[in-house]
Amino acid sequence: MRGVARGLRVASVHGPDAGERLALPLYLCRVPAGFPSPASDYVEQEIDLGELVRNRLATFCARVEGDSMEATLRDGDLLVVDRSLEPRHGDVIVACVEGDLTVKRLLTEGGRYFLSADNPAYPRLELDGDCDSVIWGVVTYSVRRLR
Amino acid sequence: MGGLFGLVDADSFYVSCERAFRPDLEGRPVVVLSNNDGNVVSRSRESKALGITMGMPFFKARPLIEEHNVAWFSSNYTLYGDLSRRVFGTIDRFVSALEHYSIDEGFAHFEQGHAADDAHEIRRTVRKWTGIPVSVGIGPTKGLAKVAARLAKQRPECGGVVDLSGPDVDSYLRDFDVADLWGIGPRYARFLKSGGEENQEQPDLWEASGLQPILRKERVETALELKNRPDWWVRKHLTIKGLRLVWELRGISCLPLEVFERPRKGLCCSRSFGRPVTTMEELGEAIAMHAARGGEKLRRQHLAASHLTVFVSTSRFRQNPEEIYSAAASIRLPFPTSYTPAIVTAAKALLERVFRRGYVYHKAGVFLTDIVLDSERQQSLTDGIDGEQRLRLMEVVDHINRKHGRHTIRTLALGRDNGWEMRRGRLSGRYTTRLGEVLRVRAC
Repeated sequence: MRGVARGLRVASVHGPDAGERLALPLYLCRVPAGFPSPASDYVEQEIDLGELVRNRLATFCARVEGDSMEATLRDGDLLVVDRSLEPRHGDVIVACVEGDLTVKRLLTEGGRYFLSADNPAYPRLELDGDCDSVIWGVVTYSVRRLR
Repeated sequence: MGGLFGLVDADSFYVSCERAFRPDLEGRPVVVLSNNDGNVVSRSRESKALGITMGMPFFKARPLIEEHNVAWFSSNYTLYGDLSRRVFGTIDRFVSALEHYSIDEGFAHFEQGHAADDAHEIRRTVRKWTGIPVSVGIGPTKGLAKVAARLAKQRPECGGVVDLSGPDVDSYLRDFDVADLWGIGPRYARFLKSGGEENQEQPDLWEASGLQPILRKERVETALELKNRPDWWVRKHLTIKGLRLVWELRGISCLPLEVFERPRKGLCCSRSFGRPVTTMEELGEAIAMHAARGGEKLRRQHLAASHLTVFVSTSRFRQNPEEIYSAAASIRLPFPTSYTPAIVTAAKALLERVFRRGYVYHKAGVFLTDIVLDSERQQSLTDGIDGEQRLRLMEVVDHINRKHGRHTIRTLALGRDNGWEMRRGRLSGRYTTRLGEVLRVRAC
Protein backbone atom coordinates (compact mmCIF):
# COMPACT_ATOMS: atom_id res chain seq x y z
CA MET A 1 0.00 0.00 0.00
CA ARG A 2 2.72 2.37 0.99
CA GLY A 3 3.97 4.38 -1.94
CA VAL A 4 0.96 3.61 -4.05
CA ALA A 5 -1.63 5.49 -2.10
CA ARG A 6 0.40 7.53 0.24
CA GLY A 7 -1.69 10.03 2.12
CA LEU A 8 -4.93 8.07 1.52
CA ARG A 9 -6.53 6.13 4.32
CA VAL A 10 -9.02 3.37 3.94
CA ALA A 11 -12.12 4.54 5.76
CA SER A 12 -14.15 1.37 5.37
CA VAL A 13 -14.43 -1.71 3.21
CA HIS A 14 -17.73 -2.83 1.69
CA GLY A 15 -18.41 -6.33 0.52
CA PRO A 16 -20.97 -6.96 -2.18
CA ASP A 17 -24.42 -6.63 -0.66
CA ALA A 18 -25.80 -10.16 -0.57
CA GLY A 19 -29.36 -8.92 -0.44
CA GLU A 20 -29.21 -7.04 -3.70
CA ARG A 21 -29.43 -8.76 -7.04
CA LEU A 22 -28.87 -7.35 -10.44
CA ALA A 23 -31.43 -8.47 -12.96
CA LEU A 24 -30.03 -8.87 -16.45
CA PRO A 25 -32.31 -9.14 -19.45
CA LEU A 26 -32.28 -12.58 -21.02
CA TYR A 27 -32.38 -12.93 -24.80
CA LEU A 28 -33.74 -15.91 -26.59
CA CYS A 29 -31.04 -16.00 -29.24
CA ARG A 30 -27.30 -15.57 -29.15
CA VAL A 31 -26.36 -11.98 -29.89
CA PRO A 32 -22.57 -11.70 -30.10
CA ALA A 33 -22.38 -10.70 -33.77
CA GLY A 34 -24.43 -10.30 -36.90
CA PHE A 35 -28.18 -9.88 -37.09
CA PRO A 36 -30.42 -11.28 -34.39
CA SER A 37 -32.56 -14.13 -35.65
CA PRO A 38 -35.70 -12.69 -37.24
CA ALA A 39 -37.60 -15.54 -35.60
CA SER A 40 -36.66 -14.59 -32.07
CA ASP A 41 -39.75 -12.47 -31.63
CA TYR A 42 -41.88 -15.47 -32.48
CA VAL A 43 -40.35 -18.06 -30.19
CA GLU A 44 -42.96 -19.82 -28.09
CA GLN A 45 -42.96 -22.49 -25.45
CA GLU A 46 -42.92 -26.13 -26.50
CA ILE A 47 -46.26 -27.87 -26.78
CA ASP A 48 -47.04 -29.45 -23.45
CA LEU A 49 -49.80 -32.06 -23.53
CA GLY A 50 -50.43 -31.19 -19.90
CA GLU A 51 -52.23 -28.12 -21.21
CA LEU A 52 -55.04 -30.42 -22.28
CA VAL A 53 -55.85 -30.73 -18.60
CA ARG A 54 -57.99 -27.71 -17.88
CA ASN A 55 -58.56 -28.23 -14.18
CA ARG A 56 -55.58 -29.98 -12.62
CA LEU A 57 -57.13 -30.10 -9.18
CA ALA A 58 -60.11 -32.09 -10.41
CA THR A 59 -58.49 -34.20 -13.13
CA PHE A 60 -57.60 -37.88 -12.65
CA CYS A 61 -56.33 -40.61 -14.95
CA ALA A 62 -57.96 -43.98 -15.41
CA ARG A 63 -57.33 -47.10 -17.46
CA VAL A 64 -60.04 -48.88 -19.48
CA GLU A 65 -60.66 -52.56 -18.85
CA GLY A 66 -62.96 -54.33 -21.32
CA ASP A 67 -64.53 -53.74 -24.72
CA SER A 68 -67.97 -52.32 -23.98
CA MET A 69 -66.99 -48.89 -25.32
CA GLU A 70 -65.53 -50.18 -28.61
CA ALA A 71 -64.89 -48.54 -31.03
CA THR A 72 -64.56 -45.29 -29.06
CA LEU A 73 -62.36 -46.80 -26.36
CA ARG A 74 -60.32 -49.97 -26.30
CA ASP A 75 -59.07 -52.15 -23.51
CA GLY A 76 -55.95 -50.50 -22.02
CA ASP A 77 -56.71 -46.94 -23.17
CA LEU A 78 -55.73 -44.21 -20.75
CA LEU A 79 -58.50 -41.76 -19.88
CA VAL A 80 -58.31 -38.17 -18.68
CA VAL A 81 -61.26 -37.64 -16.35
CA ASP A 82 -62.36 -34.20 -15.13
CA ARG A 83 -64.58 -34.34 -12.07
CA SER A 84 -65.42 -30.65 -12.10
CA LEU A 85 -67.39 -30.72 -15.37
CA GLU A 86 -71.18 -30.91 -15.47
CA PRO A 87 -72.07 -34.01 -17.50
CA ARG A 88 -74.07 -33.43 -20.66
CA HIS A 89 -75.99 -35.64 -23.06
CA GLY A 90 -73.52 -37.60 -25.15
CA ASP A 91 -70.54 -37.30 -22.78
CA VAL A 92 -68.37 -40.32 -22.09
CA ILE A 93 -68.38 -40.54 -18.32
CA VAL A 94 -67.06 -42.60 -15.44
CA ALA A 95 -69.96 -43.71 -13.28
CA CYS A 96 -70.40 -45.78 -10.19
CA VAL A 97 -72.61 -48.80 -10.85
CA GLU A 98 -73.15 -51.25 -8.01
CA GLY A 99 -69.90 -50.18 -6.36
CA ASP A 100 -67.82 -50.50 -9.54
CA LEU A 101 -66.43 -47.59 -11.52
CA THR A 102 -67.42 -48.09 -15.14
CA VAL A 103 -66.99 -46.03 -18.28
CA LYS A 104 -70.14 -45.43 -20.33
CA ARG A 105 -71.84 -42.85 -22.51
CA LEU A 106 -74.44 -40.65 -20.81
CA LEU A 107 -77.69 -40.20 -22.72
CA THR A 108 -80.68 -38.12 -21.68
CA GLU A 109 -84.16 -38.67 -23.08
CA GLY A 110 -87.10 -36.69 -21.79
CA GLY A 111 -85.68 -36.16 -18.33
CA ARG A 112 -84.50 -39.75 -18.02
CA TYR A 113 -80.82 -40.65 -17.85
CA PHE A 114 -79.22 -43.69 -19.44
CA LEU A 115 -75.77 -45.23 -19.33
CA SER A 116 -75.13 -46.65 -22.75
CA ALA A 117 -72.29 -48.78 -24.11
CA ASP A 118 -70.93 -47.88 -27.55
CA ASN A 119 -70.50 -51.58 -28.25
CA PRO A 120 -73.98 -52.77 -29.27
CA ALA A 121 -73.34 -56.15 -27.66
CA TYR A 122 -73.90 -54.52 -24.24
CA PRO A 123 -77.27 -53.39 -22.84
CA ARG A 124 -78.01 -49.87 -21.73
CA LEU A 125 -78.92 -49.03 -18.20
CA GLU A 126 -81.32 -46.46 -16.86
CA LEU A 127 -80.13 -44.33 -13.96
CA ASP A 128 -82.66 -43.88 -11.25
CA GLY A 129 -82.41 -41.44 -8.41
CA ASP A 130 -79.65 -38.96 -7.80
CA CYS A 131 -77.51 -38.53 -10.88
CA ASP A 132 -74.79 -36.56 -9.05
CA SER A 133 -73.95 -39.37 -6.68
CA VAL A 134 -73.61 -41.86 -9.55
CA ILE A 135 -71.46 -39.87 -11.97
CA TRP A 136 -67.80 -39.83 -10.91
CA GLY A 137 -66.38 -37.64 -13.66
CA VAL A 138 -66.47 -36.68 -17.33
CA VAL A 139 -63.91 -38.17 -19.73
CA THR A 140 -62.23 -35.36 -21.69
CA TYR A 141 -59.49 -37.25 -23.58
CA SER A 142 -58.34 -40.77 -24.23
CA VAL A 143 -54.78 -41.79 -24.97
CA ARG A 144 -53.97 -44.95 -26.92
CA ARG A 145 -50.56 -46.34 -27.66
CA LEU A 146 -50.22 -47.01 -31.37
CA ARG A 147 -46.77 -48.56 -31.51
CA MET B 1 -63.62 -5.56 6.66
CA GLY B 2 -65.40 -8.05 8.86
CA GLY B 3 -63.11 -11.04 8.70
CA LEU B 4 -64.03 -14.40 10.15
CA PHE B 5 -62.06 -17.59 10.55
CA GLY B 6 -63.19 -20.79 8.93
CA LEU B 7 -61.71 -24.20 9.59
CA VAL B 8 -62.13 -26.54 6.64
CA ASP B 9 -61.58 -30.04 7.97
CA ALA B 10 -61.71 -33.26 5.95
CA ASP B 11 -63.90 -36.01 7.40
CA SER B 12 -61.90 -39.16 8.27
CA PHE B 13 -59.39 -37.97 5.70
CA TYR B 14 -57.33 -41.12 5.02
CA VAL B 15 -60.45 -43.26 4.84
CA SER B 16 -62.05 -40.72 2.51
CA CYS B 17 -58.98 -40.86 0.23
CA GLU B 18 -59.35 -44.63 -0.07
CA ARG B 19 -63.07 -44.31 -0.72
CA ALA B 20 -62.61 -41.67 -3.40
CA PHE B 21 -61.33 -44.42 -5.71
CA ARG B 22 -63.36 -47.28 -4.26
CA PRO B 23 -67.01 -46.25 -4.20
CA ASP B 24 -67.90 -49.79 -3.13
CA LEU B 25 -66.52 -48.84 0.32
CA GLU B 26 -69.18 -46.16 0.79
CA GLY B 27 -71.30 -47.10 3.81
CA ARG B 28 -68.94 -49.92 4.77
CA PRO B 29 -66.71 -49.72 7.85
CA VAL B 30 -63.15 -48.78 6.82
CA VAL B 31 -59.94 -48.18 8.80
CA VAL B 32 -56.46 -47.03 7.81
CA LEU B 33 -53.44 -48.22 9.81
CA SER B 34 -50.28 -46.34 10.74
CA ASN B 35 -46.81 -47.14 9.39
CA ASN B 36 -45.93 -50.80 9.80
CA ASP B 37 -49.64 -51.57 10.11
CA GLY B 38 -49.29 -50.78 13.80
CA ASN B 39 -52.29 -48.79 14.93
CA VAL B 40 -55.61 -47.51 13.64
CA VAL B 41 -55.09 -43.89 12.52
CA SER B 42 -58.26 -43.18 10.55
CA ARG B 43 -61.77 -44.58 10.98
CA SER B 44 -64.95 -44.21 9.02
CA ARG B 45 -68.12 -43.33 10.91
CA GLU B 46 -69.18 -47.00 10.71
CA SER B 47 -65.88 -48.18 12.24
CA LYS B 48 -66.22 -45.72 15.12
CA ALA B 49 -69.70 -47.10 15.78
CA LEU B 50 -68.22 -50.61 16.05
CA GLY B 51 -66.06 -49.43 18.95
CA ILE B 52 -62.75 -49.23 17.10
CA THR B 53 -60.88 -46.41 18.83
CA MET B 54 -58.28 -43.99 17.53
CA GLY B 55 -54.77 -45.38 17.98
CA MET B 56 -56.02 -48.87 18.77
CA PRO B 57 -53.30 -51.44 18.00
CA PHE B 58 -54.10 -53.49 14.92
CA PHE B 59 -53.88 -56.79 16.78
CA LYS B 60 -56.48 -55.58 19.28
CA ALA B 61 -58.81 -54.29 16.58
CA ARG B 62 -58.38 -57.44 14.46
CA PRO B 63 -61.25 -59.48 16.00
CA LEU B 64 -63.68 -56.58 15.38
CA ILE B 65 -62.30 -56.06 11.89
CA GLU B 66 -62.80 -59.70 10.99
CA GLU B 67 -66.18 -60.07 12.66
CA HIS B 68 -67.67 -57.03 10.94
CA ASN B 69 -65.85 -57.34 7.62
CA VAL B 70 -64.12 -53.98 8.08
CA ALA B 71 -62.03 -52.96 5.06
CA TRP B 72 -58.52 -52.10 6.27
CA PHE B 73 -55.66 -50.35 4.50
CA SER B 74 -51.99 -49.65 5.11
CA SER B 75 -51.34 -45.93 5.01
CA ASN B 76 -50.68 -44.64 1.50
CA TYR B 77 -49.14 -41.24 2.17
CA THR B 78 -48.34 -40.68 -1.49
CA LEU B 79 -52.04 -40.75 -2.25
CA TYR B 80 -53.11 -38.77 0.82
CA GLY B 81 -50.49 -36.09 0.13
CA ASP B 82 -51.67 -35.62 -3.44
CA LEU B 83 -55.34 -35.44 -2.48
CA SER B 84 -54.50 -33.00 0.32
CA ARG B 85 -52.83 -30.75 -2.26
CA ARG B 86 -55.95 -30.90 -4.44
CA VAL B 87 -58.28 -30.16 -1.51
CA PHE B 88 -56.23 -27.11 -0.45
CA GLY B 89 -55.94 -25.95 -4.07
CA THR B 90 -59.71 -26.09 -4.42
CA ILE B 91 -60.36 -24.19 -1.16
CA ASP B 92 -57.83 -21.61 -2.29
CA ARG B 93 -60.07 -20.68 -5.23
CA PHE B 94 -62.70 -19.38 -2.81
CA VAL B 95 -60.79 -17.59 -0.06
CA SER B 96 -58.34 -14.70 0.09
CA ALA B 97 -56.03 -16.35 2.63
CA LEU B 98 -55.50 -19.96 3.62
CA GLU B 99 -53.29 -21.54 6.27
CA HIS B 100 -52.37 -25.19 5.78
CA TYR B 101 -52.75 -26.28 9.36
CA SER B 102 -52.28 -30.01 8.82
CA ILE B 103 -52.65 -32.56 6.03
CA ASP B 104 -56.44 -32.45 6.38
CA GLU B 105 -57.26 -29.08 8.01
CA GLY B 106 -56.91 -25.52 6.82
CA PHE B 107 -57.84 -22.20 8.41
CA ALA B 108 -59.18 -19.69 5.93
CA HIS B 109 -60.29 -16.08 5.91
CA PHE B 110 -64.06 -15.81 5.44
CA GLU B 111 -66.04 -12.65 4.74
CA GLN B 112 -68.73 -11.71 7.19
CA GLY B 113 -72.25 -11.67 5.77
CA HIS B 114 -71.92 -14.60 3.40
CA ALA B 115 -69.52 -16.86 5.31
CA ALA B 116 -71.96 -19.74 5.67
CA ASP B 117 -72.92 -19.59 1.99
CA ASP B 118 -69.26 -19.64 0.99
CA ALA B 119 -68.67 -22.55 3.33
CA HIS B 120 -71.43 -24.59 1.71
CA GLU B 121 -70.06 -23.78 -1.73
CA ILE B 122 -66.54 -24.85 -0.72
CA ARG B 123 -67.90 -28.06 0.76
CA ARG B 124 -69.85 -28.90 -2.37
CA THR B 125 -66.97 -28.09 -4.73
CA VAL B 126 -64.26 -29.95 -2.79
CA ARG B 127 -66.51 -33.00 -2.67
CA LYS B 128 -67.25 -32.86 -6.39
CA TRP B 129 -63.72 -32.10 -7.60
CA THR B 130 -61.69 -34.33 -5.30
CA GLY B 131 -64.21 -36.77 -3.84
CA ILE B 132 -63.24 -35.74 -0.30
CA PRO B 133 -66.02 -34.76 2.15
CA VAL B 134 -65.15 -31.78 4.35
CA SER B 135 -66.83 -29.97 7.22
CA VAL B 136 -66.51 -26.25 7.83
CA GLY B 137 -66.59 -24.43 11.16
CA ILE B 138 -66.86 -20.64 11.22
CA GLY B 139 -66.13 -18.29 14.09
CA PRO B 140 -64.72 -14.90 15.05
CA THR B 141 -61.54 -16.67 16.26
CA LYS B 142 -59.60 -19.78 15.32
CA GLY B 143 -60.50 -21.39 18.64
CA LEU B 144 -64.22 -20.98 17.98
CA ALA B 145 -63.84 -22.09 14.35
CA LYS B 146 -62.26 -25.27 15.66
CA VAL B 147 -65.19 -25.84 18.03
CA ALA B 148 -67.60 -25.15 15.17
CA ALA B 149 -65.88 -27.64 12.86
CA ARG B 150 -66.17 -30.34 15.49
CA LEU B 151 -69.84 -29.59 15.96
CA ALA B 152 -70.33 -29.71 12.18
CA LYS B 153 -69.05 -33.29 12.21
CA GLN B 154 -71.03 -34.31 15.28
CA ARG B 155 -74.34 -32.92 14.05
CA PRO B 156 -75.21 -34.21 10.59
CA GLU B 157 -78.38 -32.09 10.66
CA CYS B 158 -76.19 -28.99 10.23
CA GLY B 159 -75.26 -30.03 6.70
CA GLY B 160 -71.53 -29.98 7.38
CA VAL B 161 -71.33 -26.28 8.26
CA VAL B 162 -71.62 -24.66 11.70
CA ASP B 163 -71.34 -20.89 12.14
CA LEU B 164 -70.44 -19.63 15.62
CA SER B 165 -70.05 -16.00 14.61
CA GLY B 166 -73.53 -15.14 15.94
CA PRO B 167 -74.54 -14.15 19.49
CA ASP B 168 -75.70 -17.63 20.59
CA VAL B 169 -72.20 -19.09 21.03
CA ASP B 170 -72.73 -20.00 24.68
CA SER B 171 -75.61 -22.32 23.87
CA TYR B 172 -73.12 -24.41 21.88
CA LEU B 173 -70.28 -24.15 24.40
CA ARG B 174 -72.60 -25.27 27.20
CA ASP B 175 -72.75 -28.79 25.74
CA PHE B 176 -69.17 -28.92 24.48
CA ASP B 177 -66.88 -31.29 26.38
CA VAL B 178 -63.84 -29.42 27.66
CA ALA B 179 -61.69 -32.45 26.70
CA ASP B 180 -62.55 -31.87 23.03
CA LEU B 181 -61.20 -28.31 23.02
CA TRP B 182 -58.22 -27.42 20.89
CA GLY B 183 -55.01 -27.67 22.92
CA ILE B 184 -56.61 -29.32 25.96
CA GLY B 185 -54.83 -32.65 26.11
CA PRO B 186 -55.95 -35.65 28.17
CA ARG B 187 -53.89 -34.50 31.18
CA TYR B 188 -55.39 -31.03 31.33
CA ALA B 189 -58.82 -32.51 30.74
CA ARG B 190 -58.40 -34.85 33.71
CA PHE B 191 -57.23 -31.96 35.86
CA LEU B 192 -60.11 -29.70 34.83
CA LYS B 193 -62.75 -32.35 35.35
CA SER B 194 -61.39 -33.47 38.72
CA GLY B 195 -61.81 -29.99 40.17
CA GLY B 196 -59.29 -30.72 42.91
CA GLU B 197 -58.02 -28.73 45.83
CA GLU B 198 -56.20 -26.38 43.53
CA ASN B 199 -59.40 -24.39 43.33
CA GLN B 200 -59.24 -23.63 47.03
CA GLU B 201 -56.10 -21.60 46.62
CA GLN B 202 -55.85 -17.86 46.64
CA PRO B 203 -59.26 -16.97 48.15
CA ASP B 204 -58.37 -13.28 47.92
CA LEU B 205 -58.13 -13.49 44.15
CA TRP B 206 -61.42 -15.36 44.00
CA GLU B 207 -62.98 -12.65 46.11
CA ALA B 208 -61.56 -9.96 43.87
CA SER B 209 -62.85 -11.70 40.76
CA GLY B 210 -66.37 -11.29 42.15
CA LEU B 211 -67.29 -14.89 41.41
CA GLN B 212 -69.37 -16.95 43.76
CA PRO B 213 -67.24 -18.86 46.27
CA ILE B 214 -69.14 -22.04 45.44
CA LEU B 215 -67.40 -21.96 42.06
CA ARG B 216 -64.18 -22.86 43.80
CA LYS B 217 -65.26 -26.44 44.21
CA GLU B 218 -66.86 -26.70 40.82
CA ARG B 219 -65.37 -28.86 38.19
CA VAL B 220 -64.71 -27.62 34.70
CA GLU B 221 -66.58 -30.03 32.45
CA THR B 222 -67.63 -27.88 29.52
CA ALA B 223 -66.13 -25.27 27.25
CA LEU B 224 -68.51 -22.68 28.69
CA GLU B 225 -67.29 -23.32 32.23
CA LEU B 226 -63.69 -22.90 31.10
CA LYS B 227 -64.55 -19.75 29.18
CA ASN B 228 -65.97 -18.22 32.39
CA ARG B 229 -62.97 -18.97 34.60
CA PRO B 230 -60.98 -15.91 35.63
CA ASP B 231 -57.81 -15.13 33.69
CA TRP B 232 -55.42 -15.57 36.61
CA TRP B 233 -56.80 -19.05 37.30
CA VAL B 234 -56.47 -20.15 33.68
CA ARG B 235 -53.00 -18.74 33.41
CA LYS B 236 -51.89 -20.43 36.61
CA HIS B 237 -53.13 -23.87 35.66
CA LEU B 238 -53.10 -23.93 31.87
CA THR B 239 -50.22 -21.51 31.16
CA ILE B 240 -50.34 -18.64 28.72
CA LYS B 241 -51.36 -21.03 25.94
CA GLY B 242 -54.49 -21.97 27.85
CA LEU B 243 -55.28 -18.34 28.48
CA ARG B 244 -55.01 -17.63 24.77
CA LEU B 245 -57.47 -20.42 24.09
CA VAL B 246 -59.91 -19.07 26.69
CA TRP B 247 -59.73 -15.60 25.17
CA GLU B 248 -60.36 -17.12 21.78
CA LEU B 249 -63.47 -18.82 23.22
CA ARG B 250 -64.57 -15.36 24.39
CA GLY B 251 -64.32 -14.13 20.82
CA ILE B 252 -61.03 -12.25 21.22
CA SER B 253 -58.71 -13.31 18.45
CA CYS B 254 -55.18 -14.11 19.68
CA LEU B 255 -54.06 -16.45 16.92
CA PRO B 256 -53.75 -14.91 13.44
CA LEU B 257 -53.74 -16.84 10.18
CA GLU B 258 -50.28 -18.15 9.42
CA VAL B 259 -50.34 -18.03 5.68
CA PHE B 260 -46.61 -18.25 5.17
CA GLU B 261 -45.03 -21.54 5.99
CA ARG B 262 -42.81 -21.10 9.00
CA PRO B 263 -39.37 -22.60 8.48
CA ARG B 264 -39.23 -25.76 10.50
CA LYS B 265 -37.18 -25.89 13.65
CA GLY B 266 -36.36 -29.54 13.23
CA LEU B 267 -37.07 -32.48 11.06
CA CYS B 268 -37.29 -36.09 12.20
CA CYS B 269 -37.08 -39.23 10.11
CA SER B 270 -37.60 -42.40 12.06
CA ARG B 271 -39.62 -45.55 11.99
CA SER B 272 -40.16 -48.76 13.86
CA PHE B 273 -38.68 -51.76 12.12
CA GLY B 274 -40.89 -54.29 10.43
CA ARG B 275 -38.92 -57.07 12.14
CA PRO B 276 -36.34 -57.44 14.94
CA VAL B 277 -32.99 -55.84 14.09
CA THR B 278 -29.84 -56.80 15.96
CA THR B 279 -26.78 -56.14 13.80
CA MET B 280 -24.81 -53.00 13.13
CA GLU B 281 -25.12 -53.62 9.38
CA GLU B 282 -28.90 -53.62 9.43
CA LEU B 283 -29.14 -50.63 11.75
CA GLY B 284 -26.65 -48.83 9.55
CA GLU B 285 -28.82 -49.34 6.48
CA ALA B 286 -31.89 -48.09 8.31
CA ILE B 287 -30.06 -45.01 9.61
CA ALA B 288 -28.68 -44.34 6.14
CA MET B 289 -32.19 -44.51 4.71
CA HIS B 290 -33.54 -42.05 7.27
CA ALA B 291 -30.57 -39.74 6.73
CA ALA B 292 -31.13 -39.84 2.96
CA ARG B 293 -34.83 -39.19 3.46
CA GLY B 294 -33.96 -36.25 5.72
CA GLY B 295 -31.72 -34.78 3.04
CA GLU B 296 -34.48 -35.19 0.49
CA LYS B 297 -37.03 -33.48 2.77
CA LEU B 298 -34.64 -30.59 3.40
CA ARG B 299 -34.02 -30.08 -0.31
CA ARG B 300 -37.69 -30.23 -1.19
CA GLN B 301 -38.33 -27.32 1.18
CA HIS B 302 -35.16 -25.46 0.23
CA LEU B 303 -33.68 -25.89 3.68
CA ALA B 304 -30.34 -26.92 5.15
CA ALA B 305 -29.52 -28.25 8.62
CA SER B 306 -26.41 -27.85 10.70
CA HIS B 307 -27.12 -30.20 13.60
CA LEU B 308 -27.65 -33.95 13.38
CA THR B 309 -28.82 -36.44 16.01
CA VAL B 310 -29.04 -40.21 15.64
CA PHE B 311 -31.07 -42.33 18.03
CA VAL B 312 -31.76 -46.03 18.49
CA SER B 313 -33.97 -47.87 20.93
CA THR B 314 -35.28 -51.30 21.81
CA SER B 315 -38.97 -51.89 22.35
CA ARG B 316 -40.35 -50.23 25.47
CA PHE B 317 -42.51 -53.27 26.04
CA ARG B 318 -39.74 -55.76 26.71
CA GLN B 319 -40.25 -57.64 29.96
CA ASN B 320 -36.68 -57.81 31.13
CA PRO B 321 -35.13 -54.42 32.01
CA GLU B 322 -31.77 -55.74 30.82
CA GLU B 323 -33.20 -55.96 27.34
CA ILE B 324 -34.12 -52.28 27.25
CA TYR B 325 -31.70 -49.81 25.78
CA SER B 326 -31.93 -46.47 24.07
CA ALA B 327 -29.31 -43.91 23.18
CA ALA B 328 -28.73 -40.83 21.08
CA ALA B 329 -25.71 -38.92 19.87
CA SER B 330 -25.40 -35.60 18.06
CA ILE B 331 -22.91 -33.69 16.05
CA ARG B 332 -22.68 -30.15 14.76
CA LEU B 333 -22.07 -30.28 11.05
CA PRO B 334 -19.34 -28.01 9.69
CA PHE B 335 -21.93 -25.92 7.86
CA PRO B 336 -25.66 -26.07 7.04
CA THR B 337 -26.16 -28.79 4.48
CA SER B 338 -28.77 -30.78 2.61
CA TYR B 339 -26.25 -32.95 0.78
CA THR B 340 -27.27 -36.59 1.29
CA PRO B 341 -23.79 -38.18 1.27
CA ALA B 342 -22.59 -35.72 3.93
CA ILE B 343 -25.60 -36.41 6.17
CA VAL B 344 -25.36 -40.18 5.67
CA THR B 345 -21.65 -40.26 6.48
CA ALA B 346 -22.12 -38.21 9.65
CA ALA B 347 -25.13 -40.30 10.70
CA LYS B 348 -23.24 -43.57 10.33
CA ALA B 349 -20.36 -42.21 12.42
CA LEU B 350 -22.85 -41.26 15.14
CA LEU B 351 -24.46 -44.69 14.99
CA GLU B 352 -21.15 -46.32 15.83
CA ARG B 353 -21.16 -44.30 19.03
CA VAL B 354 -24.62 -45.40 20.17
CA PHE B 355 -24.72 -49.00 18.94
CA ARG B 356 -24.43 -51.74 21.57
CA ARG B 357 -24.31 -55.36 20.57
CA GLY B 358 -26.75 -57.78 22.14
CA TYR B 359 -29.97 -55.79 21.97
CA VAL B 360 -33.00 -56.29 19.76
CA TYR B 361 -33.61 -52.88 18.23
CA HIS B 362 -37.12 -51.72 17.57
CA LYS B 363 -36.68 -48.20 16.30
CA ALA B 364 -34.01 -45.90 14.90
CA GLY B 365 -33.98 -42.48 13.35
CA VAL B 366 -32.32 -39.17 12.71
CA PHE B 367 -33.15 -35.63 13.81
CA LEU B 368 -32.01 -32.68 11.74
CA THR B 369 -32.07 -29.39 13.62
CA ASP B 370 -30.75 -25.85 13.41
CA ILE B 371 -32.48 -25.50 10.11
CA VAL B 372 -32.06 -22.48 7.88
CA LEU B 373 -33.51 -21.51 4.55
CA ASP B 374 -31.26 -22.07 1.55
CA SER B 375 -31.33 -18.35 0.95
CA GLU B 376 -30.20 -17.60 4.50
CA ARG B 377 -27.15 -19.82 4.44
CA GLN B 378 -24.03 -18.12 5.59
CA GLN B 379 -22.37 -16.44 2.69
CA SER B 380 -18.86 -17.39 3.59
CA LEU B 381 -15.93 -16.77 1.31
CA THR B 382 -14.50 -20.22 1.96
CA ASP B 383 -16.31 -23.39 0.96
CA GLY B 384 -18.70 -23.07 3.89
CA ILE B 385 -21.75 -24.06 1.88
CA ASP B 386 -22.68 -26.91 -0.38
CA GLY B 387 -20.86 -26.33 -3.64
CA GLU B 388 -22.73 -25.79 -6.86
CA GLN B 389 -21.74 -29.27 -8.01
CA ARG B 390 -23.22 -30.94 -4.94
CA LEU B 391 -26.47 -29.08 -5.33
CA ARG B 392 -26.72 -30.00 -9.01
CA LEU B 393 -26.03 -33.65 -8.23
CA MET B 394 -28.78 -33.74 -5.62
CA GLU B 395 -31.16 -32.04 -8.02
CA VAL B 396 -30.61 -34.79 -10.57
CA VAL B 397 -30.93 -37.55 -7.97
CA ASP B 398 -34.18 -36.10 -6.62
CA HIS B 399 -35.55 -35.77 -10.11
CA ILE B 400 -34.80 -39.40 -10.98
CA ASN B 401 -36.16 -40.67 -7.67
CA ARG B 402 -39.34 -38.71 -8.07
CA LYS B 403 -39.83 -40.16 -11.51
CA HIS B 404 -38.79 -43.75 -10.97
CA GLY B 405 -39.50 -44.28 -7.31
CA ARG B 406 -37.77 -43.54 -4.05
CA HIS B 407 -34.28 -45.02 -3.68
CA THR B 408 -33.82 -45.71 -7.39
CA ILE B 409 -30.58 -43.83 -6.94
CA ARG B 410 -29.22 -44.09 -3.45
CA THR B 411 -26.02 -44.16 -1.52
CA LEU B 412 -24.61 -47.65 -1.20
CA ALA B 413 -24.93 -47.31 2.56
CA LEU B 414 -28.63 -48.06 2.18
CA GLY B 415 -27.83 -51.62 1.19
CA ARG B 416 -29.67 -53.58 -1.42
CA ASP B 417 -32.25 -55.74 0.29
CA ASN B 418 -34.26 -53.63 2.67
CA GLY B 419 -35.78 -56.43 4.69
CA TRP B 420 -36.42 -53.95 7.49
CA GLU B 421 -38.56 -51.74 5.28
CA MET B 422 -42.06 -50.96 6.42
CA ARG B 423 -44.70 -53.60 6.72
CA ARG B 424 -47.53 -52.50 4.49
CA GLY B 425 -49.78 -55.48 4.09
CA ARG B 426 -52.59 -53.80 2.25
CA LEU B 427 -51.52 -50.77 0.27
CA SER B 428 -53.89 -49.22 -2.25
CA GLY B 429 -52.69 -47.90 -5.60
CA ARG B 430 -50.91 -44.59 -5.96
CA TYR B 431 -53.81 -43.68 -8.22
CA THR B 432 -52.86 -40.06 -8.77
CA THR B 433 -49.08 -40.11 -9.03
CA ARG B 434 -48.12 -43.32 -10.90
CA LEU B 435 -49.19 -44.01 -14.44
CA GLY B 436 -48.90 -47.74 -13.83
CA GLU B 437 -51.22 -47.60 -10.82
CA VAL B 438 -54.04 -45.37 -12.06
CA LEU B 439 -57.65 -46.13 -11.36
CA ARG B 440 -59.15 -48.96 -13.43
CA VAL B 441 -62.60 -48.42 -14.89
CA ARG B 442 -64.67 -51.26 -16.23
CA ALA B 443 -65.96 -51.39 -19.75
CA CYS B 444 -67.45 -54.84 -19.53
